[in-house]
Amino acid sequence: MGGLQKKKFESGAVTNYITRNKARKKLSLSLPDFRRLCILKGIYPHEPKHKKKVNKGSTAPRTFYLLKDIRFLMHEPIVGKFRAYKIFVRKLRKAYAKAQWSDVERIRENKPGYKLDHIIKERYPSFIDALRDLDDALSMCFLFSTFARTGKCHVQTIQLCRRLSVEWMNYVVASRSLRKVFLSIKGIYYQAEVLGQTVTWLVPYQFAHDHPTDVDYRVMATFTEFYTTLLGFVNFRLYQSLNLLYPPKLDSKAETELKAAGEEDYAMDSESYLEKLSALSASLARVISTAEEEEAEPDHFPAEGEDLERMEEREKAQKEQEAQKRLFEGLKFFLTREVPRESLAFLIRCFGGQVSWDKSLCIGSTYDVTDETITHQIVDRPSIEKQYINRYYIQPQWVYDCINAKILLPVEDYFLGVTLPPHLSPFVEEKEGDYVPPEKLKLMALQRGEQPAKEQEDEEEDDDEEEEVDDDDDDDEEEEEDDEEAEEEELADEANLKKMEQQRSQGKALSVKVTPGKVKAENRLRTEEEEKAEEKRLAIMMMKKKEKYLYDKIMFGKKRKVREANKLAAKRKAHDEAGKADKKKKKAKKQ
Amino acid sequence: MSKAKDKSSKKRNIEEDEEQLPIFDNNNKNAGALDNDEGDSDVSDSEESVFSGLEDSGSDSDDDDDDDDDDVEEEDADEDLDNEDANVKANGQSSGDAETTERPSDDVSKPKHDEKSSKGKRMKKKERKKERGEGEEKEKSDGDAGLKVLAQVDEYEHDTSDEEDIRNTVGNIPMEWYKDYPHVGYNLDGKKIFKPIRNKDELDEFLDKMENPDYWRTVQDKMTGTDIRLSDEQVDLVHRLQEGKFGDVNFNEYEPAVDFFSNEVMIHPVTNRPMDKRSFIPSLIEKEKVSKLVHAIKMGWIKPRKPKETEPQYYDLWAKEDPDAILGRHKMHVPAPKMRLPGHEESYNPPPEYLLSEEERLAWEQQDPEERKLNFLPQKYPCLRAVPAFSRFIHERFERCLDLYLCPRQRKMRVNVNPEDLIPKLPKPKDLQPFPTTQSLVYLGHTSLVRCISVSPTGQWLVSGSDDSTVRFWEVGTGRCVKTLEVGGAVKSVAWNPNPAVCLVAVSFEGTVLLVNPGLGDKLVCSATDQLISSYEPPVEQREQPVQWNEAESREQELGHRLVLQHPKAVKQVTWHGKGDYLACVMPDNSSHLQVVIHQVSKRRTQNPFRKNKGLVQCVSFHPVRPYFFVATQRYVRVYNLIKQELTKKLMANCKWISSMAIHPGGDNLICGSYDCRLTWFDLDLATKPYKVLRHHKKALRGVAYHKNYPLFASGSDDGSVIVCHGMVYNDLLQNPLIVPVKVLKGHTITHDLGVLDVTFHPTQPWVFSSGADGTVRLFT
Repeated sequence: MGGLQKKKFESGAVTNYITRNKARKKLSLSLPDFRRLCILKGIYPHEPKHKKKVNKGSTAPRTFYLLKDIRFLMHEPIVGKFRAYKIFVRKLRKAYAKAQWSDVERIRENKPGYKLDHIIKERYPSFIDALRDLDDALSMCFLFSTFARTGKCHVQTIQLCRRLSVEWMNYVVASRSLRKVFLSIKGIYYQAEVLGQTVTWLVPYQFAHDHPTDVDYRVMATFTEFYTTLLGFVNFRLYQSLNLLYPPKLDSKAETELKAAGEEDYAMDSESYLEKLSALSASLARVISTAEEEEAEPDHFPAEGEDLERMEEREKAQKEQEAQKRLFEGLKFFLTREVPRESLAFLIRCFGGQVSWDKSLCIGSTYDVTDETITHQIVDRPSIEKQYINRYYIQPQWVYDCINAKILLPVEDYFLGVTLPPHLSPFVEEKEGDYVPPEKLKLMALQRGEQPAKEQEDEEEDDDEEEEVDDDDDDDEEEEEDDEEAEEEELADEANLKKMEQQRSQGKALSVKVTPGKVKAENRLRTEEEEKAEEKRLAIMMMKKKEKYLYDKIMFGKKRKVREANKLAAKRKAHDEAGKADKKKKKAKKQ
Repeated sequence: MSKAKDKSSKKRNIEEDEEQLPIFDNNNKNAGALDNDEGDSDVSDSEESVFSGLEDSGSDSDDDDDDDDDDVEEEDADEDLDNEDANVKANGQSSGDAETTERPSDDVSKPKHDEKSSKGKRMKKKERKKERGEGEEKEKSDGDAGLKVLAQVDEYEHDTSDEEDIRNTVGNIPMEWYKDYPHVGYNLDGKKIFKPIRNKDELDEFLDKMENPDYWRTVQDKMTGTDIRLSDEQVDLVHRLQEGKFGDVNFNEYEPAVDFFSNEVMIHPVTNRPMDKRSFIPSLIEKEKVSKLVHAIKMGWIKPRKPKETEPQYYDLWAKEDPDAILGRHKMHVPAPKMRLPGHEESYNPPPEYLLSEEERLAWEQQDPEERKLNFLPQKYPCLRAVPAFSRFIHERFERCLDLYLCPRQRKMRVNVNPEDLIPKLPKPKDLQPFPTTQSLVYLGHTSLVRCISVSPTGQWLVSGSDDSTVRFWEVGTGRCVKTLEVGGAVKSVAWNPNPAVCLVAVSFEGTVLLVNPGLGDKLVCSATDQLISSYEPPVEQREQPVQWNEAESREQELGHRLVLQHPKAVKQVTWHGKGDYLACVMPDNSSHLQVVIHQVSKRRTQNPFRKNKGLVQCVSFHPVRPYFFVATQRYVRVYNLIKQELTKKLMANCKWISSMAIHPGGDNLICGSYDCRLTWFDLDLATKPYKVLRHHKKALRGVAYHKNYPLFASGSDDGSVIVCHGMVYNDLLQNPLIVPVKVLKGHTITHDLGVLDVTFHPTQPWVFSSGADGTVRLFT
């Protein structure tokens, strides 16, 4: 036949993909540069549907990028900057080797740099897009801002990260947009709602880092470079939206107040300013200094039926949120030196409370321990010597729990030296059939406005609840049990028959007796159910192989979930019983 | 200029050498020459002292030292040379002694050239270069021509560079070349210099060594071949140099350094060189350059360097929301999934049930880090103060970074399937009645597994064969064992003749197939059967048959045995043709073609239908109406046309090992049970592949059966259950058979991993019989 023979792997899916090495060569970049470019431009590999076809028949593991993506990268001006940088390094090295110090100086001065503004704009065409992707940026900035200013990365980066994270925190305080907070063993999770987007970030505890050796800090630094730029622009926009000055300035009133204290400890003015900002104790200056802005009342439209319900629901939620925003309003806190100051100050200020700390702890304290109007003092030690009568001495977890519960919890459980109630994650939303820890149930009752009963009753309630939970879990088991019972009955019948028949076969005269038969109470519901179950079982037998597999998988997942919930419940039960037994023992000992 | 210099230097050299000659010869200083030297040096004194004379001299002397050291090292081996060297040094020193320390350069230079004279030219050249360099420096620094002249006069005063040892003009050659000649070279006049007559042999040398007290300080001058006795001073010098001291005794190496270029401003210039003229005149070149720059600045070509921005500048990037900014790629973009939010177990103070128990913790530790469900160990701390830093914090962030730029992203549509929707909608079993639902009778009596059962065509009797080598006849309705036949081996197969006019049962055990008339039911039928058998008349021509037909003996006749067919191999299965005249027997054997035989009872004839062995035959069956014959081997079912004697179809069972087979009474459908738990339904009109494969048994299938009238089929398996299915076959060819499982019947206990061994349906009622390994036969109605 005529025509050229078609070569393999020259059309179809192959043409859409390119391997990493080829892409790198096409862009004529070194691997680290290529990696950096991908990070900055947000290009990620793609998994082809038919890997073998794309890999030209080979099954070797390769990374594939979309050819379109790589073509897109070719137009990036930053690629040129990368090359310029490469040349810069070469020139500098040469000048060094020749000991031409003036040249070194000159080359240094002309070090090529690049900006990421256009990339930010390109990757996030609208502001909301940027907000959506802020989680990682914040976590990274908060992590970098805790690094020591030696080694690992540039000091400027660390300072910039610190500045941006402080700015962010100040924004959250000013906008009162924090919603949830969680003390985990990894760090502190915060969740804020900014312009309708939930932003979650993780802040490590304030300790020096033990820098691991198997982490490539260059990759992290590249990410940070991008994230700082993003966060800077986002911060600018957010500050603008609140009519705040950017870069943030302290309120003039607050500034004069703060000026007196601790100014002389800092060598540089800028340094002390950042510290003051990060103290979070003062409000920020506004572009147009107005009193509290009035919230725009949403117009009410007449609505019907479902819409009305939904509207009401929304209104209710909004009201709740408003209430949460003013959670700590009117309360005056004092932090002792062993509690995490920054986190607590941030939280208390976010919810409208007043906060101060010891003068020697940090700049920016507004009042002293001796202040009589302090309502809560947050202490994290077993006991404190000098106690004022008119304030509560509580452990820091109270603040976190209150925020998550959206109400002021009773302080009794959080007094000094008291075993704290468990700290629950606010991010878990229990669905039907999931395990709910009893503390959460209690909390939900509190939120509904039910008064917590006395402890004894409480315990009983707990038990009831647990039992309920158990019942739910047992339902499935019961079914099985029923089946088993039925089977057992059958077995018994058969055994009887067998006996009789054996007797007969052995030729013994049967003791012919008519015994009154038992009336089997026919449980119609039950038989119906059984029938249905059998029907289902038979239908399952007729499933196709593929569907059967899927069905089995789904059922396995469901069963596992139930099993896990049961396990947790059982564990809790065992734990509670052990606790009770201990209590009894103690009582007995006392008597 | 250089030529003139050379000439003058040569002359001077000659003079010098002449001056020095006596020094050499006499080992005494030549006062006159020295005076002359001094006189010369006086002239240069001012210049020399001015011009870093000290330094130069220092360096010179240093050089010398170095050279000497080198020499010492080099020539340690050569004693003679050494001595001579020492001699030279001593010479130099002696001359130096007399001189003032004011001019060290001078007195060092002398021994230098002395030594040069005795050594190779190499050094000289070096020296020369140095000197010349010095000279040039001088020239440069000198602004005035007059000074230069002065310097020139001075310069070669003590030049030792071009000097040659004029006593011998051979030049710088190895003196060994003259080894074989009587002379050692030529003097200035071209006369040969003869070696001194010395015919000292070893002995003389020795004697000399012994007797001459000055032997140790005697050196041979190779150039002249004369012996030279070193003076005391020379010896002393050699010693000093060997000790690494300065050659000059009086030289003080620790003289206080004079800091010329100190921070103090002197009233006198360091040099007395007048200022250059060019230092007073503005430079034209510079002026030009400056004017160019000024012009460039004026024109705005040169701008002041912008201060570098160290702080990043932020502005409202999203001030204008332009729709053009949204590219096509943004629609394709898959945003990275957010980090998983933490659960209760991550809390620093979790509820107690979330903490891992000891075993769970161990299991967690032994798991691969990638397999772990939680990437941390839940822990409880009594207070916030006690919480430590999380050691893997940076790791986790880094891993997240890697995920962000290295992981391929894909939009996966997660279909939220309701599992109930996956279950096929089938007609309710209730609507498909009748079918057997409960166990109603158990036929007890067999002591071992019941391999096979068969029901009489009337449905009144049931026959069962067991491994306890008995065949029992049961009355179906009552469960009573009517008759028991003892046979000679484990019964493999029984089959009741399907012809209702005949009462005959085929029983196979080992190699024997018995045709039994149980004498049950209608007497007339029984007697008719007996007649039928006895009415056989052997044909005229006896043909060779693979099977022996024997009539039963009279004693056995009473028990019911009628005919005994002796087969060459063990018979596994017997099955009747629908009309009841033909009987097929299976003798599975992988190596021969005699696996299936078909007997014609009325003519007592046996046929072997197959010439070839097509695999191990499992079971055979006749088509209920048409002349087809089904043979099931391990994997295939072959359908033969008995009239045309050809293969019509080969069905692929898609299973490993067929165990049993049953034909639908309509004849167009077929089910096969296999040992790999499958039941395959073939629609012969559709394809050679199964229409449906059912995997509802957990273990190997042993028996399958169709009902004659009702659309039912049953399968018995090793898991002890009999599954009854509704298998409706429509007359309409376009409609596929409907298969619905309707009942799982359980009753047999599993013994020795065997459950149900055979199933069969009642010919008229929707009842199913099953025989099991527990020695029972059960009836489900």
